[in-house]
Amino acid sequence: MQALLALMIGVLTGCGVYLVLRSRTFAVALGLTLLSYAVNLFLFATGRLAIGAPPVIGSALVPTDPLPQALVLTAIVIGFAMTAFVIMLAVRAYADLGNDHVDGRSEP
Amino acid sequence: MSTPLNLLDHLTLAPVLLPFATGLLLLSLRGQTIAVQRGLSGLGVLLQVVAAVALLLQADTGLISVYRLGDWPAPWGIVLVADRLAAWMVLITSLLALWVVLHASDGTDNQGSYFHVLVQLQLFGLYGAFLTGDLFNLFVFFEVLLIASYSLMLHGGGAARVRAGLHYVVLNLLGSAVFLLAAGLIYASMGSLNLADLAAKAAYVTPDNLGLARTGGLLLLVVFALKAALLPLSLWLPGTYAAAPAPVAALFAIMTKVGAYAILRVATLIYGDSAGALAQLFAPWLLPAALATLAVSMLGALAAQDLRRLAAWLVVASVGTLLTAFSLGQAGVAAGLYYLPHGTFAAALLFLLAEAFARRRSDSQDRFLADQDMPHHALWGGLFFAAAVAVAGLPPLSGFVGKFLILRASSGQPVVWAVILLTAVLALVTLAHAGSRLFFSPASALATHDPRGLEPASVHLEALAIIGLLGLIVALTVAAGPAYDYALATAAQLADPTFYVHAVLGGKP
Amino acid sequence: MNLFLAVMTPFLAAPLVAWLARSSRARAAWGAGATVAVALAWLLPLMVASFAGRTALERWTWLPSAGLDLVFRLDGLGLLFALLILGIGALVILYAHYYLSAKDSLGRLYAYLLLFMGSMLGVVLSENLIQLLIFWELTSLSSYLLIAYWRRNAAARRGARMALAITGLGGLALLGGLVLLGQMAGSYELSVVLTQGDAVRAHALYQPMLLLVLLGALTKSAQFPFHFWLPHAMAAPTPVSAYLHSATMVKAGVFLLARLFPVLSGTPEWTWIVGGAGLITLLLGAVVALFKHDIKGLLAYSTISHLGLIVALLGIGTPLAAVAAVFHIINHAIFKASLFMAAGIIDHECGTRDMRRINGLWKFMPHTAVLAMVAASAMAGVPLLNGFLSKEMFFAEAVTASGQMRLGWWLPATVTLAGVFAVAYSLRFIHDVFFNGEPINLPKTPHEPPRWMKVPVEILVVLCLLVGIFPAQTVEPLLALAAGAVLQGPLPAHDLAIWHGVNPALWMSVVALAGGVAVYTMRRYLFVLNDQVLVGLDGRAAFDRVLDWAQRLAATVVRWLDRGSLQTHTLVLVATVWVLGAVGMLGAGAPLTGGLALLPLDGVSLLAGVVLMVSALAATAWHRQRLTALILAGAVGLVVALVFVKFSAPDLALTQLSVEVVTVVLLLLALYFLPDHSPVESGVLRRWRDGGVATLAGGGAAALAWAVMTRPNVGMADWFLQHSVSGGGGRNVVNVILVDFRGFDTFGEITVLAIAALGIFALLERINLQAPYPSSVAPVWDVDQHPLVMVTFARLLLPLALLVSVFIFLRGHNLPGGGFIAGLITAVALIMQYLANGVQWTHQRLPAQTQPLMVAGLLAALLTGVASAGFGRPFLTSAFGHISLPLLGEMEWASVLVFDLGVYLVVVGATLLILINMGLLHHGSHGPDTALQGARKAT
Repeated sequence: MQALLALMIGVLTGCGVYLVLRSRTFAVALGLTLLSYAVNLFLFATGRLAIGAPPVIGSALVPTDPLPQALVLTAIVIGFAMTAFVIMLAVRAYADLGNDHVDGRSEP
Repeated sequence: MSTPLNLLDHLTLAPVLLPFATGLLLLSLRGQTIAVQRGLSGLGVLLQVVAAVALLLQADTGLISVYRLGDWPAPWGIVLVADRLAAWMVLITSLLALWVVLHASDGTDNQGSYFHVLVQLQLFGLYGAFLTGDLFNLFVFFEVLLIASYSLMLHGGGAARVRAGLHYVVLNLLGSAVFLLAAGLIYASMGSLNLADLAAKAAYVTPDNLGLARTGGLLLLVVFALKAALLPLSLWLPGTYAAAPAPVAALFAIMTKVGAYAILRVATLIYGDSAGALAQLFAPWLLPAALATLAVSMLGALAAQDLRRLAAWLVVASVGTLLTAFSLGQAGVAAGLYYLPHGTFAAALLFLLAEAFARRRSDSQDRFLADQDMPHHALWGGLFFAAAVAVAGLPPLSGFVGKFLILRASSGQPVVWAVILLTAVLALVTLAHAGSRLFFSPASALATHDPRGLEPASVHLEALAIIGLLGLIVALTVAAGPAYDYALATAAQLADPTFYVHAVLGGKP
Repeated sequence: MNLFLAVMTPFLAAPLVAWLARSSRARAAWGAGATVAVALAWLLPLMVASFAGRTALERWTWLPSAGLDLVFRLDGLGLLFALLILGIGALVILYAHYYLSAKDSLGRLYAYLLLFMGSMLGVVLSENLIQLLIFWELTSLSSYLLIAYWRRNAAARRGARMALAITGLGGLALLGGLVLLGQMAGSYELSVVLTQGDAVRAHALYQPMLLLVLLGALTKSAQFPFHFWLPHAMAAPTPVSAYLHSATMVKAGVFLLARLFPVLSGTPEWTWIVGGAGLITLLLGAVVALFKHDIKGLLAYSTISHLGLIVALLGIGTPLAAVAAVFHIINHAIFKASLFMAAGIIDHECGTRDMRRINGLWKFMPHTAVLAMVAASAMAGVPLLNGFLSKEMFFAEAVTASGQMRLGWWLPATVTLAGVFAVAYSLRFIHDVFFNGEPINLPKTPHEPPRWMKVPVEILVVLCLLVGIFPAQTVEPLLALAAGAVLQGPLPAHDLAIWHGVNPALWMSVVALAGGVAVYTMRRYLFVLNDQVLVGLDGRAAFDRVLDWAQRLAATVVRWLDRGSLQTHTLVLVATVWVLGAVGMLGAGAPLTGGLALLPLDGVSLLAGVVLMVSALAATAWHRQRLTALILAGAVGLVVALVFVKFSAPDLALTQLSVEVVTVVLLLLALYFLPDHSPVESGVLRRWRDGGVATLAGGGAAALAWAVMTRPNVGMADWFLQHSVSGGGGRNVVNVILVDFRGFDTFGEITVLAIAALGIFALLERINLQAPYPSSVAPVWDVDQHPLVMVTFARLLLPLALLVSVFIFLRGHNLPGGGFIAGLITAVALIMQYLANGVQWTHQRLPAQTQPLMVAGLLAALLTGVASAGFGRPFLTSAFGHISLPLLGEMEWASVLVFDLGVYLVVVGATLLILINMGLLHHGSHGPDTALQGARKAT
């Protein structure tokens, strides 16, 4: 199971990096989204994997580590804010520069 | 629980809460005239300066004050820690902010929405980053100051800004992702997020977890280096800062120092000599990178065609100098801490001057081209001369003192000396060239059209802010003795993390 | 006190004089003169004392921890220089008043001159070496201003920059040298340093230190190979040249050599470097001077040559040589100042300085001619003039030195040859200018200058004679005092008589005089030779080449590094992360896999994992079909949520789910404006490279994740689990951490959300967007018509959704849920109204701008925090108890609920603000965007 999750994290990271290296803002935004999935999963994994042990007192004998979950929740929110901003910035850039190249190049 | 706190016990929190409250107030008063907003914003910064001074005086007694948020004990709860270093950084930031807000109030703040709100919240992020004693909380405050800086950087809009802003935002989002990776690795391998706790645990990391701990630490270094614009991660800076509105660029002069601060904090507290297998984790990378940064940035300055870009490259240079000093042991840290405010103020000063010239030289803006004399040519010439002397680290201003202290700290290291002295020569040549192009222009004596047409709405605020920054540099020069003594005490405090650890986790040093 | 005031007086007076000049030139001149008088007055009492053999010291604490206090010192050497600086300074001020034309600002010149004078005084009166350096650099800066005085003149600008660059370079080297010296001697203060000679000379770092210090001194004194800046500094107004190049600027270098003589001299390195540089400069300067057609050019090279003479004497290093050096410092200052002034008069009267055109001035200005001729003879070393005495001492020293060092005949020969040329160029100056036929088409007809313009020259020339004829009565006491200060020991026996009997020195003088005449008479051939050979001997070309080279290098490096390409920056960042990560991991030598027992893999999870990976890869592969890619990414997000469900993180699952919805809506709206396809840009190679990088990055991340998950948890879970109920009053530990244990994180987090919303609002201001296509041909997903089913559904859904969010919110503290999730659910429900009913309908019922919500939320968070301070507790301290609510029954209340309410409000406000503005944009971009404007005005 750990291997599977590690693999998922790896694939997400790889895809994210590849997309971030593209030359169009939309691809970059997409890549950043995938990367944040990867990072969130990684951070979550630092609490180690446990099945049927939610960190709610009374619902499990040995609850899993709650701290990483709290951190990931914060990270998700912040990631959402950042993604929203970068998307809007992409739109603004397209409006101002007349193209959606990351360097605002004029030739399409 | 502990005994009730009196008002003074909240002093450590004050610098963080003041800008937040001010920003919130400004936000709720939106629709009020810009004048009201300016007044409130200025008042807020003024109060922050007062709080910062009080905090510095407290820290100068050697006391490391710890503020337990939510009254939860460290390492589980989040703590704010005001030691000498943190107080120093907070004071520098608030002093810079004072003049920035003043300068922005000459009209820049009116070119878009929420300028003062954003500045206040940016300060909230900055103070928080300096004061927090928790790694993940540091991440949160980094995000606060970053998201605020994104909007400030784009304030007023324009193609160049949007283009540069896109790069700045994307790179920093990647940086934030790396920060999360690093935090995760450190928690997974060292089992804590509290800086003091990490310092205490560093020496006892099991060999099995050592790899993860090292990776976490080095990824932190990458994140901080990106913020500090340390080579090879400095190349985003010139474009961004040159495109930002002048007062914002001036405020950003402290942003790179946040990275430098974080590096110094972590390197001394967690990866100090007492960290066992993790000791001096950054050392092999820091000095070479800093020297390379210094060298390259000076070439960049030499190649610059306008004053904004020159100033931007000099921001990189000051980071190079700073981190060079920080990697020279205790004496170097002290020298660097004295140099830090100088580098910050001088860079900010140059950005504001660039803006002033761009406003007054109709055709050539702040580019190094011959043009007609500006109104009050002699005054601006004098101010630029003073600024250049400060930036180039020439006597009698604080830049020279800083350079002298750094040379003292690094004697017997020929490479360091060579880089520092040669880059200083480059700076001298570059600024002489810039100055002679801007002020000794062979063009006709005075503008044919009425030059006052070019002057901004409020010349007084603008000039006042510039002179104020210059005043800070002069003050730092005159008070070099006390300032350096404080820096020495700070370096000593950093050199022995046990003070910090015991202040946070309890127990006796 | 006096010394400090003496140094500060010129600095303080400078702006004052500049201001006086606004009213009248005469006032300015008087003001400047008075300044000198005042400075002198401060010094006078101490001078008397120092003739009595006492050295005055004044200390001002500045930077004690670094051994850098402001300490001023007046001993013989300082006194001599102070007199030269102030005396000649006064004469120059008088002279400049008549020299400068009405259109040039006299005030500016005086201001700069006074700044320079103060800096020079600082140099010669410093006890602390670093302080000396500070003033040293100030002389460089102020001389930059002086040389560039005629700022519109390109030559002046270039000359100034060259002087600054060379002396600045020297200054920095000197800084290094002095720091080293201070560490060797254990102090930067002369009274200590001067006693540490043996220790310093024996120190391991003596050589590098010496090199750095000499680099500073020799550049300042324009010694070979750094001599070339001085002639170009002649672009300055002549009074400036008269000041800088006779008594002050260039003398600072020799002053430093004399000052540190007891510490540094007496080693082979010293003798060879200093002596060598001096001799070469002496000869080179003398030779080149002969061929300069510009009067000031001739004087410039003669200055270089005489400085070489002084440096050579110091290099020889015997006590007597040192005395001679000091003596020549005095003499050269006197006659060279007068000569520059005379040259200035000639320039002033003739409108040119070209000796090929200026001839036979004797008829026009006999008085000036006499003065100039006397001074020139002094320069040539003619008996009965001061130049003769010190030059003969120099000859004598050369002979003895060559004897001691077994150099044979060549040392005396060299100096004699230099003497020959000195006579030759002095002769040329006299003969070409005042005789040698008629003037050749001068711009104006020369005549005697104003009376007072000659007075300074007269005074100096009289001094030449007095010193030359009655040395013992005039200069001896001062010389003895200064030389004593240089040697820091007993003075050698010397006598300043004119006649020492027939000795080698006398013969050398005779040869020099005779040879000089001879050389001058057959100068024709030499000029030919010069035009063929020596003309290339100008360091400026080299200097410019170096500067160009540096500039080109810089341009290339920057072009190469800073392409302004985001992709490059990103690549560098990824690479750095990867390398340091690898180094960190491999550096420890720990195995990748830890010892933790693995969880068994089940089919469902495998399926989910495969779905996630496939859709991620597909999204990447088809990223150009943007809509497809977006949908696939959405699928990835959903699976991530499932992962959270699977591994016991219900809160995360809920959060991920709701965030996913909002993000996808956002991306959809954005996609409406952006092109829906990306062109193929990067070539195959580029894509393979990026693919490789991506694979490495992914591999690294997977490896790290694996390493983490296969090791036992060393975290701090237990404490949170134990204290959640007892301390935080909640059973949902994650929520308790978020709103209580680590509430401060959440405090920052909601601030980030709010700032993002504000930033986006500002970002979309005055944006100019057009819908890519008219609504008629809009793609299906771009719904602007509102199907009835959806409308009713949405309107029914709204209250339900709100109820759910209230429920989620209230239970959050004990069961999965909480303010954040509740907020998102509310936001989504409201967004649906927009999607279903359109903008107008909704606007009649909902505000377009939701800042008030965010403000309220942030305020709630702030107040809960501050409230605790009211109870003497730190910020954000929580309290809780029990109440019974209808429906939910017995439950805890907790102050953190208010905090969580703040979170809820901020989330709703921020999310709506973002989405509504985007939606309005979307709507507005179709027709005349009244809705957009109207909505934006709604606040």
